[in-house]
Amino acid sequence: MSTEESRPREGSRFRRRKEMPTGLWMRCSGCSKMVYKSLVLERGNVCPECNFHFDITSEERIRLLCDPDSFSEEFGSLESVDPLEFVARRSYRERLEQVKEKTGLNEACVVGTADIGGTPVVLGVSDPRFLMGSMGSVVGEKFTRGVDLAHELGRPFIFVSGSGGGARMDEGMFSLMQMAKTSAALQRFSDGGGLFVSILTNPTMGGAMASFAALGDVTLAEPKSLIGFAGPNVIKQTIKADLPSGFQSSEFNLEHGFIDRIVDRQDLREALIRLLAYLCPQA
Amino acid sequence: MEHSSPVPGLEFEAPIVELEERISELRAFSQSSDVDLSGQIDELVRKCDEKKRAIYAHLTPWQRVQIARHPQRPLVSDYIKWIVSDFFELHGDQAYRDDPAIVSGLGRIGDRRVMIIGNRKGKTTPEKIDCNFGCAHPEGYRKAMRKMRFAEKFGIPIVSFINTPGAYPGIGAEERGQAFVIARNLFEMASLKVPVVAIVIGEGGSGGALGIGLADRVLMLENSYYSVISPEGCAAILWKDASHASRAAEILKLTSQDLLSFGIVDEVIAEPLAGAHRDHAATTSSVEEAILRHLDEVAPMGVEERIELRHAKYRAIGRFTEELPVG
Repeated sequence: MSTEESRPREGSRFRRRKEMPTGLWMRCSGCSKMVYKSLVLERGNVCPECNFHFDITSEERIRLLCDPDSFSEEFGSLESVDPLEFVARRSYRERLEQVKEKTGLNEACVVGTADIGGTPVVLGVSDPRFLMGSMGSVVGEKFTRGVDLAHELGRPFIFVSGSGGGARMDEGMFSLMQMAKTSAALQRFSDGGGLFVSILTNPTMGGAMASFAALGDVTLAEPKSLIGFAGPNVIKQTIKADLPSGFQSSEFNLEHGFIDRIVDRQDLREALIRLLAYLCPQA
Repeated sequence: MEHSSPVPGLEFEAPIVELEERISELRAFSQSSDVDLSGQIDELVRKCDEKKRAIYAHLTPWQRVQIARHPQRPLVSDYIKWIVSDFFELHGDQAYRDDPAIVSGLGRIGDRRVMIIGNRKGKTTPEKIDCNFGCAHPEGYRKAMRKMRFAEKFGIPIVSFINTPGAYPGIGAEERGQAFVIARNLFEMASLKVPVVAIVIGEGGSGGALGIGLADRVLMLENSYYSVISPEGCAAILWKDASHASRAAEILKLTSQDLLSFGIVDEVIAEPLAGAHRDHAATTSSVEEAILRHLDEVAPMGVEERIELRHAKYRAIGRFTEELPVG
């Protein structure tokens, strides 16, 4: 009886919610204001009201940073396996299949060669759509091969991190060990005079942040990104108190001396070109 | 045996503890009353050993986690007491403060000079609070690195005793760059010119453990664990309920045997019957033997060869498939 009455209400609520992303307006998760969607897209998925940087895909990121059509993917056929035969509510295998199908991605990062303002680089970009950009064996391997390739070609290595999960739990200790593997690779690269630019986006936490993402010769961050070691909820539960506002933001990390510079998404390409001009002067 | 009195038991050890209590009662009685009970005592000891073997032959991963956290399990301070001579403690990170959650100092194991680095947990409640229950802050990781660099300068091998639930998740820790110092340690440890041997003696809690654990050889005591996330943390994520920790411990593959089979650790050091907490002398002595054996293997190598092998070791960790171009 009551279902008859509630059905139209449910329906209308659903329709209203669904209207938002497909329509002209969207609500910003940073400032909660309704903003004009085309303005957001025009600015590289950034809120025109509060400068909140929304997620972008690896394709969009590459388009924003690289010279047109210069990106050429490497190591793209590396794919995750399920070394622990990890089954929780669903199996890791199943989750991998599903996310691959949904996103068309092979893994949580893309690595390749590219030009930025005419300077050849090796670029890696994590993709938040794939298991929150988390690092398992494949991300660790692609990163490491990217570093090795940059070393071999004598190019700078640039990596855009974005991983809420950090190390991917489903691969257990294999994931944790990617922290050691990527950091060791960067040490070699650095020893050989290689330039590593680490770009931090929202969020970069846990095992990704406590390894390669923290090891840039230059570390740039997009504004208002969550950057840190332990997740805010874990900290809250541990200390049994609320966290100060802005805690673990890019601005917080800048203030405490851990990142070199905060750069808006729209200005990142230009910032890289200026940096590369200093560090990789063209003959 | 070091412990004449029974060890407070874990739940699954109840039958063992019951027998141990009866044995010590009988011993006390026979001593005070001049009655010879040796026959009965021997019989009980035999029974108790049988029980220990039966229970310890079929431990679940969660039971091993509990053993790894046992309040009487030997801590780094016990290793220093039993196998390190002339320990000369060195404090401080010269940047913020001395972190009591990390111990460091010069010492001798066998005939070798070594730099000891370790996670300190503490035994008494005030000690535990002082050591922050084994959870280091950034200054602890910086302290460890400062001592490692010092050891490197003077050609002294590094022995790292890992036993931490994890790096501390707190406001100060983030303000002082917890992620950045752990990353920096991994980076620096990869290039240390001296031999590095790490032993997981209890809890290998994620990045906080790895932060002093990148080594030429990584050893694990039989009932220690090493995991990307604590079983409780994993359970909270997967089932929104930390009480499912035993299930999480199963699926995380965090035992010494699992990690040996994955090639992530180099050796599992056997523990005395029914766990390291029952015999500190025997446990520490097995660890000493293993440390010296591995140092004997890696110390004679040339610096470049050793660093090359260390890099190759970590470079090879990972499981994936790759479709290679035909031809």
